[in-house]
Amino acid sequence: MTTSNSLVYLIALPLLGATILLLAGRRADKWGHILGTLMSGSSFAVGLYQLSQMLGRSNTARPVEQKLFEWISVGSFKVDAGLLLDQLSICFVLLITGVGTLIHIYSISYMSHDHDRRRFFAYLNLFIAAMLLLVLGNSYLNLYVGWEGVGLASYLLIGFWNQKPAYATASKKAFVMNRVGDMGLSFAIMIAFATVGTVSFAGIKEHAHHTSTAALTAMGIMLLVAATGKSAQFPLQAWLGDAMAGPTPVSALIHAATMVTAGVYLITRSNFIFDAAPTAQLLVVIVGAITLLFGALIGTAKDDIKKALAASTMSQIGYMILGAGLGPVGYAFAIMHLLTHGFFKAGMFLGAGSVMHGMNDEVNMRKYGALRKFMPITFVTFGLGYLAILGVPPFAGFYSKDMIIETAFNAGGIKGILLGSVTLLGAGITAFYMTRVMILTFTGKARWDEEAHPHESPLLMWLPMAILAIGSVSSGYLLSRGDALVNWLSPLFEHHGEHEELLAPIVVSALALGMVAIGVAIAFLKYSRQEVASVAPENVSVFTKIAREDLMQDRFNEAVFMRPGQQLTQVLVKTDEAVIDGAVRGVGKLAMGSSSLLRGVQSGFVRSYAALIFVGAALLIAAIWVVVQ
Amino acid sequence: MVDLAIAVGQTQTPEAVLFWVLAPLTVAAALAMLLVKKAVHSAILMASVMINLAIFYIAQDALFLGIVQIVVYTGAVMMLFLFILMLVGVDSSDSLTETIPGLRPIAITAAVGFGGLMVSLIGRATLGRSAIGLEAANSNGNVKGIAQLLFSTYVWPFEVVSALLITAALGAMVLAHHQSLQLRPTQRQLSTQRFRGASLANAAGLPAPGVFARHNAVDVPALLPDGTPAANSINATLQARGDMLTSGTFELGKVDTSKGEEK
Amino acid sequence: MDAANYLYLSVLLFTIGAVGVVVRRNAIVVFMCVELMLNAANLAFVTFSRINGDLNGQVVAFFTMVVAACEVVVGLAIIVTIYRSRRSASVDDASLLKR
Repeated sequence: MTTSNSLVYLIALPLLGATILLLAGRRADKWGHILGTLMSGSSFAVGLYQLSQMLGRSNTARPVEQKLFEWISVGSFKVDAGLLLDQLSICFVLLITGVGTLIHIYSISYMSHDHDRRRFFAYLNLFIAAMLLLVLGNSYLNLYVGWEGVGLASYLLIGFWNQKPAYATASKKAFVMNRVGDMGLSFAIMIAFATVGTVSFAGIKEHAHHTSTAALTAMGIMLLVAATGKSAQFPLQAWLGDAMAGPTPVSALIHAATMVTAGVYLITRSNFIFDAAPTAQLLVVIVGAITLLFGALIGTAKDDIKKALAASTMSQIGYMILGAGLGPVGYAFAIMHLLTHGFFKAGMFLGAGSVMHGMNDEVNMRKYGALRKFMPITFVTFGLGYLAILGVPPFAGFYSKDMIIETAFNAGGIKGILLGSVTLLGAGITAFYMTRVMILTFTGKARWDEEAHPHESPLLMWLPMAILAIGSVSSGYLLSRGDALVNWLSPLFEHHGEHEELLAPIVVSALALGMVAIGVAIAFLKYSRQEVASVAPENVSVFTKIAREDLMQDRFNEAVFMRPGQQLTQVLVKTDEAVIDGAVRGVGKLAMGSSSLLRGVQSGFVRSYAALIFVGAALLIAAIWVVVQ
Repeated sequence: MVDLAIAVGQTQTPEAVLFWVLAPLTVAAALAMLLVKKAVHSAILMASVMINLAIFYIAQDALFLGIVQIVVYTGAVMMLFLFILMLVGVDSSDSLTETIPGLRPIAITAAVGFGGLMVSLIGRATLGRSAIGLEAANSNGNVKGIAQLLFSTYVWPFEVVSALLITAALGAMVLAHHQSLQLRPTQRQLSTQRFRGASLANAAGLPAPGVFARHNAVDVPALLPDGTPAANSINATLQARGDMLTSGTFELGKVDTSKGEEK
Repeated sequence: MDAANYLYLSVLLFTIGAVGVVVRRNAIVVFMCVELMLNAANLAFVTFSRINGDLNGQVVAFFTMVVAACEVVVGLAIIVTIYRSRRSASVDDASLLKR
């Protein structure tokens, strides 16, 4: 395998930026945002250089490795801190640094009024560095470091405005739920070490075929748990909606484009495990299918523009997970959808940020309306993203989402029909709620509060949106032209031959477009033909109520995990107080009691001391008297 | 008891008489020392106990120690005690009521126990041989015998003890030394202050007590020309104690002349 | 005449001295009681010297006297110092260790 010495700069540059910005403190307030953007941009440049190098090599010699240092060496357990850049990682590297840099630029303007902009950029750089470490690590343990790093950065950024208790709680919620997933990842690493004896990707891949299926299934399930935590998939999805508490660029970068897709990366990277463990793979598909419907349904009921987009993200990642769960035929499409989604969803989040920027940070879509005239650029870029997510040809989503739907249909048997139907239904619902977002925000009558003065955002904000919009339009075509991405990634995955086609691609596309048309039509009838109340109506069906409550996800978590946990804790606290504290305090009280008895002796009077000496002497004589008796 | 019995030879009876006369006196003096209120009386009783002990030493062929006991202890140490007593206040008498509850019963119980057990122990002790007496050891004279031991076997402890004595003397000096916080003003400074000070009122000296007053005792203030008393004519100590009379006490009309002239 | 009688006398004086140390409050009297105890011990030494027929006991008694003299010198200096600062020679007043 080729080695390189320059991989480390990808991570080191943004990490250096974060370090400087955090250590320099207020001194860096004037230039901190520029430094942060430069660091991210130069990391992107390094990524482009690496891509050009990689393109110059033959298909099988493309992966590059760099050993940094010997990290752990305990007995037979040896882990080197090493980086691996292959065809899969380079996609992520370019997505992370590219979209990341655009969002850095956007944030310069978006956060310009914030007192702590420098700290924000420090955290963004920290995130970039951690995310790059995640995708560049050559072993699960290295990946784990990045995995925790992005968790930390996400926590810091969601709670960036932690002066508001609700935001601080949201960041804590995200952190805790991510921990549940992280436990899965650490279990997977432990199982890998226990059964295979190594934690590097190459090592496990090498030994995968003579490792027991049970161990691989256990590892797969644990990796899936990790993926559900980080990617907000069922059943660990509840944190993503609340994570919208963070500044909008954060939502765009971390909670739409990059970090939440880490689960997809993990499953794709672990293809050798899932391919050998069909049960785990089936679970992946099921999780993806449930989540894509779950997120879509939540999206239909949200009035908060960011939460609607977050629900959409959840749903779209459900597509990716489903695609990744379909095995070798699906990996490439999952990654393709991930990349296109990275463009259009980041673009839409930035558009939402732009709208909020013009509307005094109002997030309720019922208070928007008719913004098309006031924010033409935002409307156009958002609209392009909208067309992309719907899957209208020739926009990006058409290529990636349709491929996943098609692959789902081709999975074979009942499973194929079920999965295909679910993905089709999801596409329809997606069309409905995204159209709803568009209509509520940009068309119809103005339903603003009086103090709102909508205006277009400055250049630094609309430029990244425009670039991402170009990506939303063209990325799908570019990536699928001549199966470019599939061929690019193919050396990484094992092939098992072609499935027979259940439906012709053209039929699938027609069905999908039909579903989209139905969704758009319903939304149009419901929100464009009728007046939209600026306050959410109360007399709605029970289903709407449930959807507004995020399909009871929080209540479920509270009832099933939180309450019993609290009760257990209370029992433990009582036990602690009564038994352990009782014993400890008992010892203390014993010492105190006996010493307060003895304290009486320490009166401070010389004569009482003398009397004690005298008594002691008398007792000594008494002892002698007894002995010589 | 039989084993400890010593044939002290021909002096047996006189010594027994001496002992039985002086021992009760000694114990009585020691007990009285505890019971009297005035520390001076205690000191006198202590001195008597020490003299009695000196006599016992001499009676037991310890001539040198007996003399030292009288000279050093009764003479020097007890004088030191009396000296300090004078310094601290010779006529202050202690109250003998106990202030620490339960201390006296404890002390008496411990005393009875200690004394009783010790007496019982001595009573039961056996030596295993008859006592010797000091005739042989003192054959060259008691002082020579002690000197021989002191300057041969015990020369090192002797030197150490002498060092201790010097250290103690130095220590006492350091402890008793009163540190003055500022330099004592010289005669010259006092004189300057007197004539170049804030006022010349006292340049000729403070008024003497009793001047122009009806009485010339030190505690009667002088009278100023306008008839008011001059407070600074009385010693500051007397003023502080409040031992100041007003000259009005001695106005003619109020003096009781029926008992004749006051001297 | 039994030499043990001197020992009984010594014990008696020692006990009286000890009681005095405990019972009396005047530091000077307490000191005198300590001296009484030392003297009682000296009497015992002299008696033992006589019983054993050599002069070692007397030498020890001599040393005791010297040490006692040192002790008196230092102790009285301490009493004077305390008296100077507290205007009292009562040992109960010097009970600051309690607080």
